[in-house]
Amino acid sequence: MGCERIAEAFARLRGRGEGALLVYLVAGDPSPERSLDFLRAAARGGADLLELGLPFSDPVADGPTIQAAGLRALKAGTTPETTLELAALLRQDTDIPILIMSYYNPILRMGEEIFCRRAAACGVDGLIVPDLPPEEAAPLAHAAEEEGLALTFLATPETGEERLRAIAQRTQGFLYLVGRYGTTGARGSLAPETIPLIRRVRALLPDGMPLAVGFGLSRPQHVRGVIAAGADGAVVGSSLVEKVAQGASPEGLSALVGELKGATRS
Amino acid sequence: MKLSEYPKDGRFGPYGGRYVPEILVPALEELEVAYEELKEDPSFKAELGELLRDFAGRPSPLYFAGNLTRHAGGAKIYLKREDLIHGGAHKLNNALGQALLAKRMGKRRLIAETGAGQHGTATAIAGAVLGLRTEIYMGALDAQRQRMNLFRMELLGAKVHLVESGSRTLKDAINEALRDWATRVRDTHYLVGSVVGPHPFPMIVRDFQSVIGHEVREQVLAREGRLPDLLVACVGGGSNAIGTFFPFSDDPGVGFLGVEGGGDGVRGSAPLSQGEVGVLHGMRTYLLQDEWGQIAETYSIAAGLDYPGVGPEHALYRDLGRAEYVAVTDRQAVEGFRLLSRLEGIIPALESAHAVYAAVARARELGPGGIVVVTLSGRGDKDLETVYGL
Repeated sequence: MGCERIAEAFARLRGRGEGALLVYLVAGDPSPERSLDFLRAAARGGADLLELGLPFSDPVADGPTIQAAGLRALKAGTTPETTLELAALLRQDTDIPILIMSYYNPILRMGEEIFCRRAAACGVDGLIVPDLPPEEAAPLAHAAEEEGLALTFLATPETGEERLRAIAQRTQGFLYLVGRYGTTGARGSLAPETIPLIRRVRALLPDGMPLAVGFGLSRPQHVRGVIAAGADGAVVGSSLVEKVAQGASPEGLSALVGELKGATRS
Repeated sequence: MKLSEYPKDGRFGPYGGRYVPEILVPALEELEVAYEELKEDPSFKAELGELLRDFAGRPSPLYFAGNLTRHAGGAKIYLKREDLIHGGAHKLNNALGQALLAKRMGKRRLIAETGAGQHGTATAIAGAVLGLRTEIYMGALDAQRQRMNLFRMELLGAKVHLVESGSRTLKDAINEALRDWATRVRDTHYLVGSVVGPHPFPMIVRDFQSVIGHEVREQVLAREGRLPDLLVACVGGGSNAIGTFFPFSDDPGVGFLGVEGGGDGVRGSAPLSQGEVGVLHGMRTYLLQDEWGQIAETYSIAAGLDYPGVGPEHALYRDLGRAEYVAVTDRQAVEGFRLLSRLEGIIPALESAHAVYAAVARARELGPGGIVVVTLSGRGDKDLETVYGL
């Protein structure tokens, strides 16, 4: 459970010489019921970890695709409580790590301790909070630790060596590397800064700390590229969220996840 | 700790902080260092001082509103005339300061959010005079109600992006400006328009706006030989209010009244009067939000007050009881708008009209012998369509 489940997942994949595929979907998109079908399909298709996005009214780190998905989920009545219930239902079907990606305010509103207790009880293993840098994270880190939840921090192309080392010390589960400037969103190709950034960060990270890269990855070749450059995992979100918006079936989504997963093995 | 010593470690008591995506943290650190250096730099101070005097038109007058005082039948009412500053509002004080700072930091591009369009206009003016490329984010709904400011910004050479997401107002314009900044953080300065956002913005904007309160102090002392009893200003994000209050923060005899947008009585934009603590746009402060922490869609007749959050320094002043905050409704604000136009020949911005309305009532309560200073943050030409469309 919690931190250990994430660590074991990365260790097992590393033992097999594979990278990890992290799949991000917005909880409650397009509705809570159908969202569960898509999350199950992603797990079935071969996702190694699932990131469950908790919809928020003001998602400043997200591009148009995930903004729209969050809005659909909110309109369908999704709340933080719904998101936690979805995690619990998903946990009944799968053993892969589940992380909740949420902006800070919904967590703060519920209360950090209550949120973490509920999340742990629902089978959630970790939290990623994109607007909570380590300097502001002490209260949530404390609450997460009490429940054995990983609190995963992010690094970016702007993160210098000293700060990167500090973040690497604080992050749990893995280090989430934002591979490009800007917000989330599918792009046709990797940004020019992504591959050199992965090499730079990998060289500074302790060996046992997994590195997952996200933002802008959409195709199997992107996944293959970042793993080949030294990442332990690749996060794909917006391109899959876009398929949900375009009316893909759960089977269709599962097949796409399968193709992305295939790219972590080559 | 004295109030004038805040922020400490980027915080105003429990409020403020730096709740932003990691990609922006180094830029905020760089800005803080550059600001701490430049604010004491004689050549920077001289250049800004000259711009404020010769270009912006400072100092702005402190006007004794005799007719309004007689109408209220109580304390003397003075108006701090920020409506006479170039661009028509206090916003230029901060825009010039930050644009100059950005230029000294080697940034080539300015971005800004705007609600009523006053801050966007001020940024466009500062960008034009200092030779910086300027792009403004404005909620599509705000753009509809403030068309003239849209034209002004374009005429001044700024590129205006209409924001269609969320409630299509100020908070969404800030979201979009933050996203732009995360994309182009290297060459761009985000010229935040109020005392909101992550540290160091609430401090920087306060400092640049404090010219208002410093002038008030000098002017009122020259005129009355004593400090005023009450300072009154409208509060959206709260920059004209904190700029007025801050230089008096350690003078316990000077009361502060912040006036929020009460809206139509059902929906408003008064987080200090009606909100609860949360985190938005990089800061911990009072917010209008629902039971799940989703940010509320706010409403005010004054686009510049139409914001679900408020500067963290105001949150501290509220908790300490250093300032009092009240909400004035749309209807009352329009009453203040008409009153000042008719009695004093001054058409105030609808934002400032909220403060005028509240000040009249307070002057009456204070009675003769008292002194009230109202900051008239902007002029009301931009609001004629709104008022006559009612």
